[in-house]
Amino acid sequence: MECSFGLTGKDYVLLCSDMSAGRSIIRMKSDENKIKTLGPHLAMAYGGEPGDTNNFAEYVERNMRLYHIRNHYPLLPESASAWIRRTLAESIRSRKPYSVNLLLAGYDTTTTKPHLYWIDYLGTKAVVPYAAHGMGVYVSLSTMDKWWFNDMNKREGVDVLKKCIDEVKKRITVHFNFNCILIDKDGIHHIDIESEDPITELESQQPKETLVDAPNPPLDIGNVGVTA
Amino acid sequence: MNSVLTQLQPHQSRLEEYDELEHTDAAAWGSMAGFGNLSRTGGVQGMSVPRVSDPTAFLDLHTDNMSSNPEAKIKIAHGTTTLAFKFQGGVIVAVDSRATAGSYVASGTVKKVIEINKFLLGTMAGGAADCQYWETYLGMQCRLYELRNKERISVAAASKILSNIVYQYKGMGLSMGTMVCGWDKTGPQIFYVDDDGQRLKGNLFSVGSGSTFAYGVLDQGYRWDLTDEEAQELGRRSIIAAGHRDAYSGNTCNLYHVKQEGWDFIGNYDVNELWYEYENKKKADREIATASAAAAASPMAVEQ
Repeated sequence: MECSFGLTGKDYVLLCSDMSAGRSIIRMKSDENKIKTLGPHLAMAYGGEPGDTNNFAEYVERNMRLYHIRNHYPLLPESASAWIRRTLAESIRSRKPYSVNLLLAGYDTTTTKPHLYWIDYLGTKAVVPYAAHGMGVYVSLSTMDKWWFNDMNKREGVDVLKKCIDEVKKRITVHFNFNCILIDKDGIHHIDIESEDPITELESQQPKETLVDAPNPPLDIGNVGVTA
Repeated sequence: MNSVLTQLQPHQSRLEEYDELEHTDAAAWGSMAGFGNLSRTGGVQGMSVPRVSDPTAFLDLHTDNMSSNPEAKIKIAHGTTTLAFKFQGGVIVAVDSRATAGSYVASGTVKKVIEINKFLLGTMAGGAADCQYWETYLGMQCRLYELRNKERISVAAASKILSNIVYQYKGMGLSMGTMVCGWDKTGPQIFYVDDDGQRLKGNLFSVGSGSTFAYGVLDQGYRWDLTDEEAQELGRRSIIAAGHRDAYSGNTCNLYHVKQEGWDFIGNYDVNELWYEYENKKKADREIATASAAAAASPMAVEQ
C-alpha cells in the first residue's frame, strides 16, 4: 500500500511520497523517508518489494555519487534516467530481479528545465509532465489531468499536488502521511505539504534551512559548474 | 551485487584453506569444536541450500512457514511476540518464551532475546534456528569490528550487517523478524530487520504473531517520558496481553532494559500468573472506584 506523485512546473519539479512502512496489514512506521536524494538536483521516490526498494535506491545513490566524483559534475536527469532504466531492464532479465517502481525528478541546470520520469520494475521509462505510482494512480491521475497545465508557477503546482493528496485521503481507505520535496535551480527543498501556504514558508526561510540532505559527504554544489 | 554472497560461499580449493590456516593462529580459538560451519577465522563457509533447481519452491512445498502448503511435514518453530521501545531512560526489550511447531507447543522456555554483546540485544521472531544462528554470527562480526577498529560498533552498522546477510538470502526460505537494540555513541537505538531484507529505524516496534495484541497495549500506554519502572511495566503488560490472546505466544515473559552502561536483565515472569494478577487488580480497582463514586453521590441524594 504505497502512493507517490510527481509533477513538473515552469522551473521546478515536485515529488511527493507516502511515509508508511510495515509488513502485511501492520504499519510499523509512519515516518519512513521514501525519497532518495541522488545529487544536487536529482531525487527519486521509490516503492515496491520491501528490501529491494532500499537496496536498489542505495545502489543508485552510490553510482550517481561515483559518477560525480569521477567527472566532477553530476549526471544530468536525462542520462540518469537512462542509466536507472537500463539497470532495471537488466535486472528483470536476471535470476533475481529488483521489484522497484520509481518516479525520478530532476532539474537540468544546463537547460534550466525540470524533468520527470515514470519508471517501473519492468524497465519501462516514460517522460511525463505529471505522474503517480501506487494507490494514487486510481484517484489522482484524473485530478492532475484536469488541473495541471504547462508552465505552472510554484504556488499553482503545490495547489494541484494538494488536490491529489486530498483526493487520496478522501477516497482511499488506507491512511497516508506525505513527504514532499521541490527541486529548482537552488537544489532540493523540503516542503511542508500539510501547511496552508508552503511556498511562502519556503521563500521566507533561508534556502539552506529547507535544503534536503545531499549524499554524504556533502557535494560542493557552488564550485561545480556544469558545462554541457 | 553478488560479492558478499561470493564471500560467504565455501572455498573452492583445498589450497585456499591451507592459506587461511597459515595466516591465523588456530590455537587462539582454543577449541576447534562447536563452530558449526563457521571457519576458524570467523567467516561463514556457506549456508546449505537444498540441492534442487529451485530451492525456494522446494522449501515452500515442504515447510509450513508462510507456505502455500500449511500441511507440510516440516513444521518450523515459530509464533512469537516480541517488542522493543525507546524512551527517556533507554530501551525496553520484552519477549515471550513459547516455541510452536504447527499446533504443537515445542517449548515454553525459549530465550528469545539474544545477547549479542554487553551493549547489543537481538530479538527472535520467525524461524528460531535462523534467528539464533545469524544473530550469533552477528555477535562474532561485531566483536571482530571492535578488534579491528578499537571502537564499539554502532547499532546502525550492526543491524546493517544483519540486513545485508538476509538480503543476500532473500527468497531462499529464511524466516526472521528481529529487532537489533542497543546503546551506542548516538544513544539508544532500535532497528527492525526482517527476512525481506527490510531494515527500519524506529522508536517502537513489535514483531511476531502476537505483535498486533502487543501493539494494542503498547501504543496506548507509550510516552517518551515514561519512568524506568513505568516503561518496564508497559513492556511486561504488553507481552502478557499478547500471551493471553495469541495461541502461539505465552508461557513466560523475559524483560531487558538497555542503559548507557549496557543491558540489564530485569526478570522472567509467568504469563498466566501475571494475567490473573492484573485481572484481580482491575476488579479491585473497579470496586474501589464504584465505592468512592457511591460515597460521592450520597450527598446529592440527601439534597433531593
